[in-house]
Amino acid sequence: MRPHTTSHRRDALWLAFLVHRISGLALACFLPLHFLALGLAIRGEATLDGFLKWTANPLVKLAETGLVFLLAVHMLGGMRVLVIENMPWRDGQKRFATGALAFAIIAAAVFLVRAA
Amino acid sequence: MTNTIEVSLWRGKADGRYQTFSVPQRENQTVLDVVTWVQRNADPTLSYRFACRVGMCGSCAMTVNGRPRWTCRTHTSKVVENGRLEIGPLANLPVIKDLTCDMQAFFEKWQKAKGVFAPSKTKNDPIEKILPGSPPRQAADAAIECINCAVCFAACDTVRWNEDYVGPAALNRAWTLVNDVRDAGNRDRLSAVAAGGGCHACHSHQSCQEHCPKALNPTASIAGLKRRTMQAYIRREL
Repeated sequence: MRPHTTSHRRDALWLAFLVHRISGLALACFLPLHFLALGLAIRGEATLDGFLKWTANPLVKLAETGLVFLLAVHMLGGMRVLVIENMPWRDGQKRFATGALAFAIIAAAVFLVRAA
Repeated sequence: MTNTIEVSLWRGKADGRYQTFSVPQRENQTVLDVVTWVQRNADPTLSYRFACRVGMCGSCAMTVNGRPRWTCRTHTSKVVENGRLEIGPLANLPVIKDLTCDMQAFFEKWQKAKGVFAPSKTKNDPIEKILPGSPPRQAADAAIECINCAVCFAACDTVRWNEDYVGPAALNRAWTLVNDVRDAGNRDRLSAVAAGGGCHACHSHQSCQEHCPKALNPTASIAGLKRRTMQAYIRREL
């Protein structure tokens, strides 16, 4: 097998791309479930209330924490790319990508603490 | 006793294999020196490409321990890991033999991105005065030192995943010309780089910037092209 260049996949900004892509795919997978939950409101108040009661389950709260992280990291990562593509170049992209990740972790942690 | 480096060199074409040589380690020795030592002392059939040996011609780039590098300016002391060195041809280009790649696709993509100067004047016209401090000249200067080594091309996953993508070097060259006030080919050039496989195919991984031996930032050039093509589209110039 011919030699393959893989060193770049250890770089912070390549990993930022990977996180952005995976979080986007994960959110796309979640979207049908979100619409399904909203659709329960059409079936009646009792069905929706039953579902909302189920979401109080600690495991569901943990999953929601992951969801908050995915939303935050995808939104901030996307904003970083939009700024790159639409505004004058700014150095320090690794710092911005790391900041986006840190902010997403903090947002998820705050959600978890408030949900507990 | 002389220290040696265990050097694995790629032999053959794409379906080749690594062959190991024991090469004496010397002070101030470059990776290109190692390859040259093998060819002159161990196996004269080894194929590789080089010319200037001082980081100007861009012909000696290879994959060194999994990372594309200009071998004439890479000291072994910086890259040898546990006494070992693995040297292969650049990724994302067809292998001709051993460490030599076919660069045709790389340069054809320069043509595809209209990376050729289109003169706006004849030799009879007065020479255009270019102010070094003007913003377009500074933007061009920031990107103009490219030596066509294809290190960025080999490091780019978008090149790997999308065979139509013209690559960072070609787009970086196009950006220098977009900012050259003497050039008259920008309408065609912006159309070319806005088309499929052009600047909008870039995912901004910034591997090109990370690996460029000349410390250029092709991602910034590509971002500039994205903005410029968007402005041209809004003005209905594309």
